Amino acid sequence: MIHSLFLINHTGDIFLEKHWKSVISRSVCDYFFEAKEKAVDPENVPPVLQTPHHYLITIYRGKLFFLSVIQTEVPPLFVIEFLHRVADTFQDYFGECSEVIIKDNVVTVYELLEEMLDNGFPLATESNVLKEMIRPPTILRSVVNTLTGSSNVGDTLPTGQLSNIPWRRAGVKYTNNEAYFDVIEEIDAILDKSGTTVFAEIQGVIEACVRLTGMPDLTLSFMNPRLLDDVSFHPCVRFKRWESERVLSFIPPDGNFTLMTYHVSSQNLVAIPVYVKQNISFFETGNCGRLDITIGPKQTMGKTVEGLMVTVHMPKAVLSTNLTASQGNYTYDLATKVLVWDVGKLNPQKLPNLRGSLSMQAGAPKPEENPSLNIDLKIQQLAISGLKVSRLDMYGEKYKPFKGVKYVTKAGKFQVRT
Amino acid sequence: DVLDTENEDLKEMLESNKESLKLEAMKRVVGLIAKGKNASELFPAVVKNVASKNIELKKLVYVYLVRYAEEQQDLALLSISTFQRALKDPNQFIRASALRVLSSIRVPIIVPIMMLAIKEAAADLSPYVRKTSAHAIQKLFSLDPDQKEQLIEVIEKLLKDKSTLVAGSVVMAFEEVCPDRIDLIHKNYRKLCNLLVDVEEWGQVVIISMLTRYARTQFTSPWKEGAVFDENNEKTFYDSDSEEKKGQIEAKPYIMDPDHRLLLRNTKPLLQSRNTAVVMSVAQLYWHLAPKHEVSIVTKSLVRLLRSHREVQYIVLQNIATMSIQRKGMFEPFMKSFYVRSTDATHIKTLKLEILTNLANEANISTILREFQTYVKSQDKAFAAATIQAIGRCATNISEVTDTCLNGLVLLLSNRDETVVAESVVVIKKLLQTQPTQHSEIIKHMAKLFDNITVPMARASILWLMGEYCERVPKIAPDVLRKMAKTFTIEEDIVKLQTVNLAAKLYLTNSKQTKLLTQYILNLGKYDQNYDIRDRTRFIRQLIVPSEKNGALNKYARRILLAPKPAPVLESAFKDRDRYQLGTLSHSLNIKATGYQELSDWPAVAPDQSVRNVEVIEPV
Repeated sequence: MIHSLFLINHTGDIFLEKHWKSVISRSVCDYFFEAKEKAVDPENVPPVLQTPHHYLITIYRGKLFFLSVIQTEVPPLFVIEFLHRVADTFQDYFGECSEVIIKDNVVTVYELLEEMLDNGFPLATESNVLKEMIRPPTILRSVVNTLTGSSNVGDTLPTGQLSNIPWRRAGVKYTNNEAYFDVIEEIDAILDKSGTTVFAEIQGVIEACVRLTGMPDLTLSFMNPRLLDDVSFHPCVRFKRWESERVLSFIPPDGNFTLMTYHVSSQNLVAIPVYVKQNISFFETGNCGRLDITIGPKQTMGKTVEGLMVTVHMPKAVLSTNLTASQGNYTYDLATKVLVWDVGKLNPQKLPNLRGSLSMQAGAPKPEENPSLNIDLKIQQLAISGLKVSRLDMYGEKYKPFKGVKYVTKAGKFQVRT
Repeated sequence: DVLDTENEDLKEMLESNKESLKLEAMKRVVGLIAKGKNASELFPAVVKNVASKNIELKKLVYVYLVRYAEEQQDLALLSISTFQRALKDPNQFIRASALRVLSSIRVPIIVPIMMLAIKEAAADLSPYVRKTSAHAIQKLFSLDPDQKEQLIEVIEKLLKDKSTLVAGSVVMAFEEVCPDRIDLIHKNYRKLCNLLVDVEEWGQVVIISMLTRYARTQFTSPWKEGAVFDENNEKTFYDSDSEEKKGQIEAKPYIMDPDHRLLLRNTKPLLQSRNTAVVMSVAQLYWHLAPKHEVSIVTKSLVRLLRSHREVQYIVLQNIATMSIQRKGMFEPFMKSFYVRSTDATHIKTLKLEILTNLANEANISTILREFQTYVKSQDKAFAAATIQAIGRCATNISEVTDTCLNGLVLLLSNRDETVVAESVVVIKKLLQTQPTQHSEIIKHMAKLFDNITVPMARASILWLMGEYCERVPKIAPDVLRKMAKTFTIEEDIVKLQTVNLAAKLYLTNSKQTKLLTQYILNLGKYDQNYDIRDRTRFIRQLIVPSEKNGALNKYARRILLAPKPAPVLESAFKDRDRYQLGTLSHSLNIKATGYQELSDWPAVAPDQSVRNVEVIEPV
């Protein structure tokens, strides 16, 4: 399926290549470079391209292109999903997925790629399985390895590969047994000029960090599972139990993983935690404009809004800004024309305000459209949909684990049109 | 030379007796391979280490071997005996990795050895080794397609395997080696359906796609009820058949084959998979196999995928674009999920626009047009232009809003941005053609703007409009022609062609005022650098100017040039895209990709159902 992989940085250097079948010359990437040239922004390069003899499927992540070469019909999502899994694995192993890190760990990267595909078909993609075969680098281990010549590679087949629970490694042992769940909700919204909600919905995810000895079998139940309108699960979750009882029953992988994602029915009215009063205008004469933004709390359920940040992609003609922030700091990047106002905590008694003038390129026409505001925020200890975990039970093991659930609400794709 | 000394260094290290030095050297060699540098010269030194006890060293040697064996066939053969030995190792991991490497060495002379190894591994006690053998089948097949028959035997055997580990890999081998041997699937069909939930994600995608094809050859269409709407059509269809057959079909009401139902039932839970490819594959299965009223259960899951990575969104939106043409109802409740954000990539925005346009109907059009008003102002001008086209499509599809849209587009003609104006002109032109009555005002307005419009396509469109409706603007059209005579030589080719066109039409309707102008333009065209324009000019002159030679045709010039022309149909770029199986590469590119397997039409009469019966019913 996947013939070859090329890793390319944003300036267009191919810094790694791997072939699972015969070798394909890197000149095949020229077709991609041509498309990249045309697209201007790396985000705009079409993910699927056709060349005379091959097809190229590319993802762009962390300023890197993962370009795969395909020779015959294959579902493009299969390849895209796999490439993202590769990037996730690098992230998981090295803490980040960047050119420098990949170059520094090129041997481990190669060993991983070798295990992840056989003849272009995915072989081992579960983090638990891979980590048994190729141990992630640690400073201590690399020092020991250089001194003794010992290796990072396991010499037995990971048990996960063979059992019916391929996502969990065997023989897990901890002195402190603990299971933590983070319920994270993101509000996606588009608000119009007047503050009316054009579109809003809540997307949630439950991230788990489970360190439990042996083969624990967990059941997580909710107070109000009916809220969940659409869900997707980690392969460990038993579909049938969910269908019949609305509980999550699973033998967890060891370590960190995403247990489920969910969508809260769009019929429910979505609480919008902040309001934005804004006035952005550009004048016909004088090459200037004005900006005035105030943010205040709306439906916060009595909690504090933190990590408030406003990002604005200004029209190309805006040369510089001369603004005053009543709270927090702002920056304007002249190259990318991005204005970022880092507000911090929202104080309901003293609403944060950013105002001042914008200076425009001389002779440039007045921009047609005012730029939208993208809002980031965070509210601790609150799932805005009202979802609540009622209990977590463990079967199959005798010890008492330490359990915890945390809730947080964030702004997802939260946009205010102006 | 730096490279030479480096190679000498590495050779020395590889030939030392210190394990750590060898390992260090191999790591550097793998670094070279990763960068795409040539390290083939080191082959003799590397291959000596193939039997090393150090597992990491050995693995790196394998990486090297697989990369260079093709170029160094003779030397590669030296390593074969090591693998043959390893194939008999008591450790299943070593057996599997030996087979993996042996089958990846693309050296034709070892084909018989590979075949033997594959056959043995297919009968191995370890499912992991059997999985590896399924992968090796494809490698051997691409190395030597003549082995097909023998390989099919191995596939047949592995298809019977009950391990979830093997299922995905052997179906993959089946798809690559013998996708037409549907008969091999019959006896394994129910088992595959039942194993599906427990197979790993990647295997699920492959199996679902194969079973979609299988089902279309074995079951009858569940869409028959839909045909009731079109009764006349149905009648003629039966009439053309023999009387006997007619009776047969009508007597039998549609009952879904339980095996067909089994497939639909067992794939449905996978809509909840975290893997976007799995979700898409179930969605396409429902689209191609489920009764029409059941297809909409996939909608929510597809919409959920729009939260995923940009590339995922791209593919999913393409598929929704195709689906939403035929089944508006499936996605209409989720219309707002397709609203565009200013931070979306251009190709994502355009696809969302496409879908919104497909979803537009009398009830929601005002909401959609309000949303489009925001998009027209976008700083992303390519997107603004696409929105104008979308407005044009809404205007032709929904007659209630045609006038509103047209007025909106006319307002855009005074927009500051040239692309927006140009696109509006082009779309207005198309709309006026569909609504040719009483639009002289708009045509006049466009003539006024003509001097300020520089985009060639827009200028050409206005000229065409002037010519086509010259009798409605009898005073303006000749004046536009006069201006064009002045600038003819510096215009773009499409503009020149339309100028010639306008001249011809005016000559036929108003020769008194325009005869000289036309002759002047035809003379300019005669000596133009572009042969298309010279050709067209010569052709037009012969057609419109009476002379002895042209005779008969000249009488009809007016009827030819000013014939009522069919209005252009503004339709989705995704119309008919569903001739390709959804979710495929071919669908995404809208071309038939290499190796694409056609989805067959439902059989009129179901083939024998008993072929899927398995004699012994074993507990699962």
